[in-house]
Amino acid sequence: MAVTKMFPENKICQNILQVTWLVLLCCAFSLFTLQANAAVLAPDRADILYHSYEGGGMKIDGPSLLVRKKTSESLAFKAYYYLDSISSASVDVMSTASPYSETRHEGQLGVEYLHGKTLMSFNIRQSDEDDFLARSFGFNVSQDTFGDLTNLSLGFAYGDNEIGRNGDESFQEQSEQYRINAGISQILTRNLTASLNFEAIADKGYLNNPYRTVRFIDNSLPSGVGYQTEIYPETRNSFAAKLSASYYLPYRAALFFHYRHFSDSWEITASDVELGYRHPFGDSFELELKARYYQQTQAEFYSDLFPYRDAQNYLARDKELSDFNDLTLGIGLTYTMPASLSFNDWPAEATLQWDYMKFDYNNFRDPTAEGGIGNEPFYGFSANVIRAFYSLYF
Amino acid sequence: MDKWQRKIGTITFLLALGGLSGCSSLEIEPWVKPYERQNLADPIMNYSRHPIANMHVAHVLEARESARGAEGTGGGGCGCN
Repeated sequence: MAVTKMFPENKICQNILQVTWLVLLCCAFSLFTLQANAAVLAPDRADILYHSYEGGGMKIDGPSLLVRKKTSESLAFKAYYYLDSISSASVDVMSTASPYSETRHEGQLGVEYLHGKTLMSFNIRQSDEDDFLARSFGFNVSQDTFGDLTNLSLGFAYGDNEIGRNGDESFQEQSEQYRINAGISQILTRNLTASLNFEAIADKGYLNNPYRTVRFIDNSLPSGVGYQTEIYPETRNSFAAKLSASYYLPYRAALFFHYRHFSDSWEITASDVELGYRHPFGDSFELELKARYYQQTQAEFYSDLFPYRDAQNYLARDKELSDFNDLTLGIGLTYTMPASLSFNDWPAEATLQWDYMKFDYNNFRDPTAEGGIGNEPFYGFSANVIRAFYSLYF
Repeated sequence: MDKWQRKIGTITFLLALGGLSGCSSLEIEPWVKPYERQNLADPIMNYSRHPIANMHVAHVLEARESARGAEGTGGGGCGCN
């Protein structure tokens, strides 16, 4: 029997907690030693959005609402609601189960407090679906410094998940997540800014998808293939670093660049690169274009087809843990509404965005296709993502 | 020291650097003066100009890709099947 490695979960969690505690102490000290100076909270606004994702046998859509309101020059509140209405007949579902539909509700409440050049925010979040309840909170501090050319940010978040399985009342699992992030944003020239962000995430508990199975060769069955439940490690530690830059072009347009590198203790390495372009036309229209490419390697314990039952300690055939890449091409148009169409003469915008996504899997085969066990063609699909939203600045 | 401890060490260093800078009283002359920042202050330069759309993009990607983090938005609970 092949053996997969164990992960040093407790040490990492302890380190993260120690670092977080030091950071919070440092920030609290900074807060009371810095001279107060003008920084401002973001303006009041309300956004209402309709979103739609369709591709790979899935259709997900629903509304979303985001409101942020200042109660003074130093205090602001934020509320967010999001609904996913899901109907799925994806390749994972069709190979071993039946199509299903469900809804997911998500709510967030946040508060921001500005003291001099220090912005502190606290956020709580809950996501609820039939078989998954996620609760989390997060605390962030950011600070303008060095003549306001530099902004430093630090954050910590904790999440707790309760995982169930529809049709199996006895199934009840839990997982926890710790996140810690740090960032620096820097004005480099009068037309260029750049930022660097880091985030470490530690998960522990039940990290499987409770519905998914792996397949293995079983010549005792007429089909020649058997299925068993996936088994994941009970810890996962990951690290991501992202470099971003924004450049103002001489004819009033903006260019955006992002590069992120990711690795985790499951031996997945990923990177993505994105280029964006924003161009206003007249006083009323703004065009956005973007292209993004993502690629990842497989998890150490992933296989499309195992040689026999219980072939390893850990087993996965989740296509999100396979070796794959995806490409996103996006276009968006924002229209600044005339006062005659705006509520109470408040500035308002309407935006439509469309993303086309194409996924190509390099070692996940389509089990519903012809070709024989282990010789089916590699899976791939495309998806269309639509966002239509109205933004009101009040 | 394994690679995860090294990464945690890197973050610790960066955070300590951040804390120190916050606690310091360094007077650095800004090489881009406040009155030279009108291009950077233009709304078209704000990548988070549409926060509700960015939150949706992050959710779509997190449900379908293994990479996570360093994005500034939360995830979890997904409709991933």
